[in-house]
Amino acid sequence: MAAPASAPAGTSSSPEPSGTQRALRNVVFVDGVRTPFGKAGPKGMYAETRADDMVVKVIRELMRRQPNLPPERIDEVAVAATTQIGDQGLTIGRTAALLAGLPKSVPGFAIDRMCAGAMTSVTTTAGSIAFGAYDFVIAGGIEHMGNHPMGEGVDPNPRFVSDKLVDPSAMVMGSTAENLHDRYPAITKERADAYAARSQQRYEAAANAGRIAADLAPVATRSSEYGWGLATADEPPRPGTTVETLYGLKTPFRPHGRVTPGNAAGLNDGATGCLIAEEDSARELGLSVGMRLVGYSFAGVEPEVMGAGPVPATEKALHRAGLSIEDIGLFEINEAFAVQVLAFLDHFGIAEDDPRVNPWGGAIACGHPLASSGVRLMTQLSRHFAENPDVRYGITTMCIGFGMGGTVIWENPHYNGGTHKGGTQ
Amino acid sequence: MSTASNRHSTSTPNFPDEVVTRAFTRLINVPGVSGQVALITIDNGHDHTRPSTFGPAGLASLNAALDEAFAAEPTAIAVTGKPFVFAVGADLSGVGEISEREQAHYVAQTGHDVFRRLTESTIPTFALVNGAALGGGLELALSCHYRTVADNAGAIAFPECFLGLFPGWGGTQLLPNLIGADAAVTVIVENALNQNKMLNPSKATKMGMFDIELEAADFLEESLRWAGRVLSGEVQVQRPEIDRGQAWDEAINRARSLVAGKTNGASPAVDRAVDLIELARNNDLDAGYAAETEALTDALMSDELRAGLYSFDLTQKRAKKPAGAPDKSLAREVNKVGVIGAGLMAGQLALLFLRRLQVPVVLTDIDQERIDKGVSYVHGEIDKLADKGRLSDDEVNRLKGLVSGSLDKQAFADADFVLEAVFEEMSVKQKVFGEMEQYVSAEAILATNTSSLSVSEMASALSHPERVVGFHFFNPVAVLPLLEIVRGTGTDDASLATAFSVGKQLKKSCVLVSDAPAFVVNRLLTRFLGEIIAAVDEGTPFDVADRALNPLGLPMSPMVLLQLVGPAIAAHVNETMHAAYPDRFGLSENLQRFVDAGKTAVWQSDEHGNQIVDPEVAALWQQGDNPSTEEQVRERALRALAEEARIMLDEGVVMEAADLDLCMILGAGWPFWLGGITPYLDRSGVAEQVNGARFLAPGVASVPTA
Repeated sequence: MAAPASAPAGTSSSPEPSGTQRALRNVVFVDGVRTPFGKAGPKGMYAETRADDMVVKVIRELMRRQPNLPPERIDEVAVAATTQIGDQGLTIGRTAALLAGLPKSVPGFAIDRMCAGAMTSVTTTAGSIAFGAYDFVIAGGIEHMGNHPMGEGVDPNPRFVSDKLVDPSAMVMGSTAENLHDRYPAITKERADAYAARSQQRYEAAANAGRIAADLAPVATRSSEYGWGLATADEPPRPGTTVETLYGLKTPFRPHGRVTPGNAAGLNDGATGCLIAEEDSARELGLSVGMRLVGYSFAGVEPEVMGAGPVPATEKALHRAGLSIEDIGLFEINEAFAVQVLAFLDHFGIAEDDPRVNPWGGAIACGHPLASSGVRLMTQLSRHFAENPDVRYGITTMCIGFGMGGTVIWENPHYNGGTHKGGTQ
Repeated sequence: MSTASNRHSTSTPNFPDEVVTRAFTRLINVPGVSGQVALITIDNGHDHTRPSTFGPAGLASLNAALDEAFAAEPTAIAVTGKPFVFAVGADLSGVGEISEREQAHYVAQTGHDVFRRLTESTIPTFALVNGAALGGGLELALSCHYRTVADNAGAIAFPECFLGLFPGWGGTQLLPNLIGADAAVTVIVENALNQNKMLNPSKATKMGMFDIELEAADFLEESLRWAGRVLSGEVQVQRPEIDRGQAWDEAINRARSLVAGKTNGASPAVDRAVDLIELARNNDLDAGYAAETEALTDALMSDELRAGLYSFDLTQKRAKKPAGAPDKSLAREVNKVGVIGAGLMAGQLALLFLRRLQVPVVLTDIDQERIDKGVSYVHGEIDKLADKGRLSDDEVNRLKGLVSGSLDKQAFADADFVLEAVFEEMSVKQKVFGEMEQYVSAEAILATNTSSLSVSEMASALSHPERVVGFHFFNPVAVLPLLEIVRGTGTDDASLATAFSVGKQLKKSCVLVSDAPAFVVNRLLTRFLGEIIAAVDEGTPFDVADRALNPLGLPMSPMVLLQLVGPAIAAHVNETMHAAYPDRFGLSENLQRFVDAGKTAVWQSDEHGNQIVDPEVAALWQQGDNPSTEEQVRERALRALAEEARIMLDEGVVMEAADLDLCMILGAGWPFWLGGITPYLDRSGVAEQVNGARFLAPGVASVPTA
């Protein structure tokens, strides 16, 4: 198999400023952190905390963890948000950088691809690093769904409905999940609940082992009713969840439907961020390398079944990288809905309890603050890589509103040549 | 756990208007800390424009929050504030309600009892000073074992001595034992008496008031992380060794001489502050707090403090909402300013308009040379500001580009506000206004900086007298905050509103005065100075007359005031006053000789540095043989002030006595403990003796009768 990322050393050094010939440069994921995720709404822990302040905490924690990186070396701050108004507006990448105390010479921008916002902030800036435009980038995402409920301020073009471009259900993510159940009748509510319960249990085990907290930037949470608090753990998880506790939950999107609050991610507040770098520059400064970027793809599907998106995105990414699904030893897949994960696993013939998939649970447990989730997947995959040097490749993948999927393939820099190649065991 | 509330349950004062600051205890997990931290938030429920203060109910809430915190047996207790504010001290607005000593004692004692729980806690306590920490707020922080401060904390100070109080909830005992007596004297006494100077977080940290300064962006998170390191022993907090011997003596001596120079004993609480710092040398909190409580009770029951609070309120509220000013919606925009005259005063005014309004300012004078000199003075001052780092290069370019000079008055055609600062002579001023009116629009404001001439008379020959206002600044223009805005008989509301709007943009405190000779400050100062000079003319030795007012603690003696104002100007104003009120404003031939001789000062120093009367002055001043004692001179001066102030109120020069006081505080620097002047005239009994009535009701600027 081709292994494009681990090209011989030397080909990825800084591009010559003159001439038109360029050498592609290696891109690495150095480190990632996030805020604890909260429940959206007036009772959530971030009810009185600003979205931009949450991004600030992430940027500062990232910088604190990289004392060797002079802040003026940051070439870009790319921050995603689905709703870019209010405390998520004003070009949040730039404003958050200034608020975080990065030098004024460091630029920033805002980015949006709904749920894959943070993922896109990584892939877009990674492409620019490979091209030679940047050496170091902070990329991440924010969604304060309490301050900005899904669909806030949207004004869909009436042609979507009048011209039957999409079914009206495409606008409601829960309905698209019900649609996905229709498309794959083999994915029952029982399987979805079983998957969801396992996500909660895996998260609980990881949290108890201290794995989750290690990547969290604490956030001081204001409350005019209770005084200041300190967010140090995710708020959404429900320890002790079993299939039985999920059984009777309501199906808000359809009478007698299959999608419940228990087998879907909730409405959440949270911010993520990571440091992406050109590999030689990172090594020059002595920065640790968590993952090496192999490739990425985004693909569109019918908006009515947006949850199917990870399948074509992954196939496309694998194809472009010259890899196959058997080469992938670890998966971080976003759990917007259990049905969407199961559709992916069924397609690739992966068992729904495969330990390589979301080893620490997923968004059903910890939450899915839309545009921030992509970097959480990456940070966790980098931790799995460190713990599994026998694995060479892993992917982060997610479904995206309005009918898309995104997949990023990563190589484990700690790979020791072991035999665990992925695929079914 | 015994609590403050059950130790002291009697004589709880009622502060009916207390904006209650609540304290919330929340148990939080902090990474790296085993067990929980009790985080107490001080929050009065308003935004930063209404900072949190402690009244009786606020202290009770904090006490209850401490009960809850201690009951949880946390690993540590931390106290912080609402956004931008830690806490700004006692609720002084309620002090006016205190009429009995027992109530004052309760307030003094309760603050100690509540705050001290944090000091004597066996559980480590931390103050996370996230914003402004003044007075009792700073004492709360000092009561904790450890302190962090945010690098954007707006104000850190003990303003008590400024008001006629001292830090009486532990401040005089804790601070010198933390940072040494000398630095404590600087913070508690020197800064407070130096126009209430505040500290920034870096400076305060360097002085040792805080253990660490942390960046604002994640202040609370990092403060808690730091607290965790202290708890684990990873961070050892270093505190300086305190010199309780010679250094302490020297600090106290320095404090005594500072206080003598600033208050001369006229604000008793300031002397108590020094006594208490002296007492703190023993580092005995029981004795120190008991002494603080007694002294604070005395201070709360003193008229000096009540006058101080009255003064503070005037400068904070009345100065910002001038009594009698027309509706501000009537004000017209001012987008270009003209200054007639290019001398020193005109240059200072041009610079002020330039910096505050940031609109074109054009200067004119009688010849090009003077104009060039005026513009070059302004340029030079801009450069000086840039050298001090107060202006950036871009701002320098902007301001220099805005100032110009023109001999041709056509340059004033589009000015919206023209201020004259020419020679103090009615005919000259009438002439320049008459000339200017040919160029400017009918609505352009013509303002005069006259210190004593009639604004109405100046406007009388104009086609549009309704646009003329008096705009009387005090020297030095950039420093003194008062602006007397004079309404002439013909001045219309729109012009007056525009004048107030400009005054506010200039960041001056404006007081509306009627077109009476010399307005407020100069009239009262001239009357008062006239009595001193008359006493000297009669035969009172200079030193006796000049010492007579010392017990009031005025910023300078009368003869030094004469020197500062300039004898020629003082004589000129006095002539105006004499012309208007010959009975009360006498002329002094001696003063005229003094002016004619070109003398500027009565006092000079001999070779030993002793203050002596300039022999030439002594020779020209022909004294009578009827000397007065200090006491007689003082009584005479105070009676004259009381009489003049009453007449001014009867004439309607200002709306109320409060405006006279505001003018004296801001324009003459008369001290807070006098309340400007009328509270002092009331409490000394002079007002009733002279006028048969007080200026202010009991309780307004004095302790009310119970």
